[in-house]
Amino acid sequence: MSCCCQAEEKITIENVSTEAQLSGLEDLINRFGGLEGSLISVLQGIQEVYGYLPRPVLEYISERLGIKKARIYGVATFYAQFRLTPVGKHLILLCQGTACHVNGADKIEAALCDELRVEMGGTTSDRLFTLNAAACLGCCSLAPVMMIDGQAYGPLTPDKARNVIRFIYKQEAESRQEEVGA
Amino acid sequence: MIVRIGLSSCGIAAGGLPVRDALAAEIGQQGLGWELRQTGCMGMCHLEPLVDVIHEDGSINTYGNVTVDVAREIVAAEVNGTALEKYRIATEREPNDCLTGQVRVALRNCGSIDPESIQDYIDAGGYQALDKALTDMTPEQVIEEIRISGLRGRGGAGFPTWFKWNATRQEPDETKYLICNADEGDPGAFMDRSLLEGDPHAVLEGMTIAGYAIGARSGIIYARAEYPLAIKRLGKAIEQAQARGLLGDNLVGSGFCFDISIKQGAGAFVCGEETALIASLEGERGMPRLKPPFPSQKGYWDKPSNINNVETFANVPWIIARGGPAYAAMGTEDSKGTKVFALAGRIKRGGLVEVPMGMTLRDIIFGPGGGIKGDKKFKAVQLGGPSGGCIPESLLDTPVGYQSIKDTGAIMGSGGMVVMDETTCMVELARYFLNFTQDESCGKCVPCRIGTKRMLEIMERLCAGEGKAGDIELLEMLGRQIMDGSLCGLGNSAPNPVLTTIKYFRDEYEAHIFDRKCPAKQCKALITYHIEADKCKGCTLCAKKCPVNCISGEAKQVHVIDQNLCTKCGTCLEVCPSKWSAVSVS
Repeated sequence: MSCCCQAEEKITIENVSTEAQLSGLEDLINRFGGLEGSLISVLQGIQEVYGYLPRPVLEYISERLGIKKARIYGVATFYAQFRLTPVGKHLILLCQGTACHVNGADKIEAALCDELRVEMGGTTSDRLFTLNAAACLGCCSLAPVMMIDGQAYGPLTPDKARNVIRFIYKQEAESRQEEVGA
Repeated sequence: MIVRIGLSSCGIAAGGLPVRDALAAEIGQQGLGWELRQTGCMGMCHLEPLVDVIHEDGSINTYGNVTVDVAREIVAAEVNGTALEKYRIATEREPNDCLTGQVRVALRNCGSIDPESIQDYIDAGGYQALDKALTDMTPEQVIEEIRISGLRGRGGAGFPTWFKWNATRQEPDETKYLICNADEGDPGAFMDRSLLEGDPHAVLEGMTIAGYAIGARSGIIYARAEYPLAIKRLGKAIEQAQARGLLGDNLVGSGFCFDISIKQGAGAFVCGEETALIASLEGERGMPRLKPPFPSQKGYWDKPSNINNVETFANVPWIIARGGPAYAAMGTEDSKGTKVFALAGRIKRGGLVEVPMGMTLRDIIFGPGGGIKGDKKFKAVQLGGPSGGCIPESLLDTPVGYQSIKDTGAIMGSGGMVVMDETTCMVELARYFLNFTQDESCGKCVPCRIGTKRMLEIMERLCAGEGKAGDIELLEMLGRQIMDGSLCGLGNSAPNPVLTTIKYFRDEYEAHIFDRKCPAKQCKALITYHIEADKCKGCTLCAKKCPVNCISGEAKQVHVIDQNLCTKCGTCLEVCPSKWSAVSVS
């Protein structure tokens, strides 16, 4: 009888990375390698390169930088910014701030969930969108607000929110067609 | 002629970028040769996108709610030497009503200079205070000037700024750090974002003066990752200052060396607490540490460190340039100077206002704030975010100041002011804040970690219509225990929203528990929607818009809501034409 975990093929860093990502990772290690206290910056860098924090990459970083895996995992799970699962191409941050809350952010959430057919925190099956909550985006006078890929939209109504999503879907469809045409 | 457009996050969110492009295209096509500039937040966020047209003679037309089409019309009108009256909201002689009673110290340049141009800042008098401090003043004199000004920390706690600076200065260690707390985590507050996006050099100059005063060579800005534009502009400003010799070695020939770097936070409310912030800067989980030793003794990497908030630093150059007494001349006995507030919520004119301390809450909300949206009835104002409290109408004449606000049970906090009207349920609002603090508790102290969870469970029960006699008393007891038993400001203040709403709106809690009613008609479990047969005209609008298709009825027939399927989203109430108002809530 053998241990069951041996049967599983170990996912290595090569499985989850492209060439460009590997070189981006190497840049990060060179930049922050010797700097004490830069773990958060390293994780932010990884998230920028991969869109999330893949487990094999964290294990690799642990070895290369000599930081214990437990510490990396502790920091990665403490902060709201870090994600341990992949996200869609467009990241939607729906503001949950006080101003948005009293101006009906829950209705925007319902509309977005319905339009995208996902729960809060989920990613659409075509991997185009991930819907996440944000504590506050600081655009309170435009409440309710959401941010998609760094651009803020507000003041929203459920219909406006749906239209923003539909517009991006349309853009995506057009750019796919252009690719096919080219 | 100069055309200036506000391009902070709020301006961009309101559609400022296409407006800028339209203006540029129009000016270019017509060969007008007008200069197009960008600026930061003018504070009138509810009128964004904002465009200023500055004429050769210095007169200014300010336009609000500008769209791409309106932008073209503005250019057409201005070319003819007229103004587009319909969208003009102010001129240099008749400032907009929002500016009534405002005194701009920290926000002095926001909305007038280009935040990405150091020359603009210098032309507006920038970096003169740094020059004065480095050439004419000793560090002790700088600290003394700040002491005279009466400046207190603008981040929340209101600790005297000079005292912290002096304590750090007195430490014998050679290496000291200066840290700027730009981790504006309060939901409902955006003063720091606007300052960083609109006038980053003011913060850098204030930090450099502070660095000189305490004897630090290195400054760090801990900025929220959720503010990408602020981080970008800060980075640009740092590069510009370095290129001009205003950061780096031997500043203005004084021998003083100082440089500033940016570290991005990663999203944790508790990192606004200074010891947690230091832990986060060191790459750790942001958990608070026991004080003493205070950061001024043992802070970043165990070195003496001074931490101040963005707005505090932005005030410093003004104080050094004009003298402490000028700043102390404004405000009240215990709270000097001005304070920036972020007005949001159910208010007509949301945005930033800077007023002298001592102005009453009423004057702020009904003056620059313009009163309540839709002329509904004012109910309460939440000050200090999740750590603060709700102040009811009976206390609206409270002047703003550290002690006077504290006496109401709320805190001044960083200046977030979220206004609530009669449609806001105070029980649900307290639940919302507690949900936030419970989620953000770092987990180090048991009373905070578990206590807030227990309190939240009770609050959720109340909102679900399952409250029990004794719940209010239990909440009060738990709240006191959490405040006493937690290490840092998060736990010390987390029960505040619940305790203040119980104090001022106890009847709403009792209505939830004993009458199973939500007086504000917000808690879904306690309300039902009905279509009144004698009022319904059968326009079918509600049935079409209902997201769960639970409304039945033919055209021109009375409609009926299936209560078993209704999710109580309120859409029918919103869409029912106001001339009929056939939908009622009970």
